[in-house]
Amino acid sequence: MFLKKYISEVFGAVRSLLKGMRLTGYYFTHHKEIITQQYPDNKEEMRLPDRFRGEVVMLHDEKNEHACTGCTACELACPNGTIKIITKFDITPEGKKKKALDTFIYHLELCTMCNLCIEACPTDAIKMAQNFEHSVYDRSKLTKKLNKPGSKIREGVE
Amino acid sequence: MIEEVGTTEQGDLVINVGPQHPSTHGVLHLVITLNGETIKKVEPHLGYIHRSIEKMCESLSYRQFIYVTSRMDYLSSHINNHGCALCVEKGMQIEVPARAKVIRVLMDELTRLASHQLWWGAMAMDVGALTPFFHAFRERETINDIMEETCGARLTMNYMVPGGVMADIHPNFQKRVKEFLQFFRTKIDEYDELVTGNIIFCSRMKGIGYLSPESAVSYGCTGPTARGSGISCDIRKLYPYEVYGELQFDEVTVAEGDCFARYMVRMQEMRQSLSIIEQLIDNIPEGEFQAKTKAVLKLPKGEFYSRVETARGEFGVYIISEGATTPYRIKFRSPGFSNLSALDHMARGHKIGDLVAIMGTLDLVIPDIDR
Repeated sequence: MFLKKYISEVFGAVRSLLKGMRLTGYYFTHHKEIITQQYPDNKEEMRLPDRFRGEVVMLHDEKNEHACTGCTACELACPNGTIKIITKFDITPEGKKKKALDTFIYHLELCTMCNLCIEACPTDAIKMAQNFEHSVYDRSKLTKKLNKPGSKIREGVE
Repeated sequence: MIEEVGTTEQGDLVINVGPQHPSTHGVLHLVITLNGETIKKVEPHLGYIHRSIEKMCESLSYRQFIYVTSRMDYLSSHINNHGCALCVEKGMQIEVPARAKVIRVLMDELTRLASHQLWWGAMAMDVGALTPFFHAFRERETINDIMEETCGARLTMNYMVPGGVMADIHPNFQKRVKEFLQFFRTKIDEYDELVTGNIIFCSRMKGIGYLSPESAVSYGCTGPTARGSGISCDIRKLYPYEVYGELQFDEVTVAEGDCFARYMVRMQEMRQSLSIIEQLIDNIPEGEFQAKTKAVLKLPKGEFYSRVETARGEFGVYIISEGATTPYRIKFRSPGFSNLSALDHMARGHKIGDLVAIMGTLDLVIPDIDR
């Protein structure tokens, strides 16, 4: 009785090992597709999803105009102090003073890509871009100015 | 009292495992006292990845603090965010739209699946099988791609906001999740074939690291660790939140209390998660994905607590509010900390090789323990 149990245990053990080996053997002989991405060889055809959060960018149209009013809603929404907005006062044709964006400073090295600034922006002036290759040799290069030189606010954006 | 490394007066050997040891998970430092090869005592040392998240949250507003909790249990970050959002909604009495509730549960279960898949691969690697790791990561990758498409990130999603979710689901979401369900149904059987019945794996697991139901309760273990000892502690069943009360799923409990029982609980939970996703994926109600909330959230004066079931156990958020825009005090009850405290109890009397197997079944995530 003991011998019978012993032998059946041995055979059960061997069968369990062979079962796993069968699966491993199957995948060894059926390597039809490559599952991993062949980065960076596939850089040209690699497409990231539209919502992928790579970095914050400010949208400019062809006339070099943006939609940022300098309201600092994104600056207040950011949990890490990633965004710093410097405003100035423009003189309107009517001779009134109007608050406007001077410099939009973005510290990429502090950013955690939480998307809260994009959610907070009332005029959709900023969005997340898909670029994820941020390595530079000097960390000061990670502090960026998002509004392009000479850009101004689009007509009609309040 | 932490003993110094070396030999004690009784002739026991005291050695360090970690903090940077390849067989441990993350920066876990264990000081173990050995008599020959038998473990006499295990002392976990914490603090290597302490970031004082609770204190940090006190200076962040109720919208901002949610993203920090992704950095605690990064494998079920979505469920952590969910717990925080629930607590803020409780305090503000925000009614979450039905669509957002279903999306949240769907994302929770996908996260749980991804977390258990990683655990399965890492667990098998701990006991010496390398192949399962690659199998697990192949399936996990499809979940991560789904997450990336809808939430915008793969691991630290920050998709939850008080009042709903940040964005509506991607148009491809339902199609891709259905494809994944079909794909994973066959793969989970392969998991069983590859590892569960394997004689080497079974003999490393069965009868190792016994945790009695009494000690599971007294150590405060939750999640699959306690359910492997036969304790019913699934928050989704006991205190249903969102739409869990209306769903058909079983709470998995296995009575044996050893490593293999904890393993089986998680394997069964993966199947339960699949069935939850199957029930919901075609029944996402139409409507808003986010409730209208004020720009600045101010919780009324008082104390609020909410809890969710993460992949590791019960995650609780306790907020004390003084009526300001930031919380006065936040306490997170993380499942990993309590589960780790039972390690000494489980490992005593076993061989040093079994310690790694026991740690594997606890599914430790160190940032969750240290916070």
